[in-house]
Amino acid sequence: MQLSGNSGLTETIPATLVDLRRGDAAILDRIDLPGDDARRLMELGFLPGTRVTAGLSAPGGDPRVFQVDGSEIALRRETAKLLRVHIERIQSEPIHSKQIDSKQGKPRK
Amino acid sequence: MSECSSCQGCGSAAVLEFPKAGAVNTVAVIGPPNSGKTTLFNRLTGLRQKVANFPGVTVEQHTGIAELPDGRAIQLIDLPGVYSLQPRSEDEQVAHDVLTGKRADTPKPEAVLLVLDATNLGRHLMLAAPILALGLPTLIILNMADDLRNRKGKVNVAALSAELGAPVALISARAGEGIEKVHEFLTGVMPKPSPKELPILQDVPKCRAWAGQVSGKASYRPPIPPKWTRRLDAIFLHPAIGPAVFLLVVLGVFQVIFSAGDISKKMVDHFLQLSGDWMMARIPASMLRSLWIDGVWTGVGSVIAFLPQILLLFFFIGILEDSGYLARAAMIADRTMARVGLQGKSFIPLLSAHACAVPAIMSTRTIENKRDRIATILIAPFMTCSARLPVYGLVIAAFIPNKHILGVFLSAQTVALVSLYVLGFLAAVVTARVLKSSVLKSGRTPFLLEMPSYRWPTAQSIGLRLVDRAKVFLRRAGTVILLVTVLLWIMASVPTQNGKPPQIENSVAGTVGRAIEPVIKPLGFNWKIGIGLITSLAARETIIATLGTIYGMNPETEHEGLEAAIRKDLTPGGAVALLVFFAFAMQCISTIAVVRRETGGWKWPAIQFTYMTVVAYAGAFVAAHLIH
Repeated sequence: MQLSGNSGLTETIPATLVDLRRGDAAILDRIDLPGDDARRLMELGFLPGTRVTAGLSAPGGDPRVFQVDGSEIALRRETAKLLRVHIERIQSEPIHSKQIDSKQGKPRK
Repeated sequence: MSECSSCQGCGSAAVLEFPKAGAVNTVAVIGPPNSGKTTLFNRLTGLRQKVANFPGVTVEQHTGIAELPDGRAIQLIDLPGVYSLQPRSEDEQVAHDVLTGKRADTPKPEAVLLVLDATNLGRHLMLAAPILALGLPTLIILNMADDLRNRKGKVNVAALSAELGAPVALISARAGEGIEKVHEFLTGVMPKPSPKELPILQDVPKCRAWAGQVSGKASYRPPIPPKWTRRLDAIFLHPAIGPAVFLLVVLGVFQVIFSAGDISKKMVDHFLQLSGDWMMARIPASMLRSLWIDGVWTGVGSVIAFLPQILLLFFFIGILEDSGYLARAAMIADRTMARVGLQGKSFIPLLSAHACAVPAIMSTRTIENKRDRIATILIAPFMTCSARLPVYGLVIAAFIPNKHILGVFLSAQTVALVSLYVLGFLAAVVTARVLKSSVLKSGRTPFLLEMPSYRWPTAQSIGLRLVDRAKVFLRRAGTVILLVTVLLWIMASVPTQNGKPPQIENSVAGTVGRAIEPVIKPLGFNWKIGIGLITSLAARETIIATLGTIYGMNPETEHEGLEAAIRKDLTPGGAVALLVFFAFAMQCISTIAVVRRETGGWKWPAIQFTYMTVVAYAGAFVAAHLIH
């Protein structure tokens, strides 16, 4: 969505987890879910201020695995779009995709 | 131990103290999902218990007796995994109530083993604060020490212990490493650190910040990401290869079950035939000989013949669960589940329902949303459980030629078997769709699934499960099925004609069978199958024992195998109808009982039984007329 092209390295862009491509990282700002559901997400590591990296997904891109606080958690698109983030760098170090994509060719973009 | 008698009030730091030798003391095992509680529980008790590399396997608390090195025995309670002590789903409620002594059926634990995943200490330590606040003697167990080491992470156990004011042990329950530390704690010889005032933390961010601080002070270095998990996920979650692997795994499992199971079944059948003839020649002809050979030996024996096949199924399910692949399969399947209005969490019970619907229905407690949970309970018995396997196995082997379709890899029999699994799944999906868009409509709860790292399944874990399953199966064969078979034999042997047993058609059983024949005739079944349908209400596989007995008592068929006898007795249309009937019908007393317990009344099981029987009858009717 708003991610197209113009990324200065330090610019922050508001987005949701759905906007992240595989290997992208972002800082979580807010969870737009009712109290109990938000709490559950927080217990799994989705705390405001935490860095979340998008990982692999099921075929069709939904659900997708997110790496957060040392764990890998799969979220559906409908949930991921309620997790507001800001992206610090679009082309962040794709720690994850570097390892995987070197096997398959170049990173998907 | 006496030094600690003055120390009752020192709360979390107290060393475990036992009032007298020989007394059973209660210790609870708790921790976040997938941290290895059950593996430790098994290691300590040796009791059979379901462990899997999948969050949310323990849904009810299980207890077992652990023998300590000093000869005492203590009672261990294995609690469901929780992230916090704030109960939201039913399994969290159980954990919470047991720990606070609010459950009438379980004694309040005198000590706690808190199991945390050492590879994810930052997040898992969050649970330490509320657990230590309970004031019970607690050992903090950092599990998966081998993983931590291999992936170059580390933690200072002494510093962590000082920081928490509680003893800490770094162990690997899977490898059996460091178990002696747990024993030391349980026997009360582990030195206790000085108690420490812990902050009371209400919200998650503060709790996480505290956990981060504590692990920082214990110079915790998180392990590097698991390389093999990343590599395997690149394959198993690949957009094209992933689903292909999923399909291959499913087909491969069934092919092996069928071909390997077939061999073992033939061997057992052959043995039954030979031993039956052998006994026939040695025991003088009498009513008792007939009861023993036709009733018990052939009847129950033909059911036991399927044990190897069922164990193979559980072996594969065990490997899929323990390796961590199941979580990926749940992810691949989630879109399909969403389409029928269910969530990925429903996939877990539905998958385990392929083994048996009873534990599957109990495991629906992890589903927080009540309506989703009832919908999952209602559709779970449509999944092809292992009790259907003997029926499918017999009918398919008798009617479908063992023709190869794709070289040696796929036979027509495998295709037939897989089609039946698909049929059950489709019935479940359509039913779910209808339920979720009508009576059980609800808002969605977010789908969250933790992806565990891949691990090698251990022989111990799989072995315990196979032993457990074999016991359940044999117990059922030796009780319910034996009883039904003996009753059937009696009903098939009276009334006597001139002091001799009657022709089976004229016996009480035959009369009952012929009385219901008009109802089942449209499905292509005769009265013998009818008797089997009645006895299989107790448990599906009973029909095998019943047919074994009926054919065994009939002079025309007594020297034929069950397969040959049924081939003569059913038309191809009737055979397919029988398969379809078993795919849909809810013939299982245990399932009905567990649904009643879990839904709290007879309403849902009554609806479910009626619905499934109607669907089964209609499906079999259509099948019988299509094949003709």
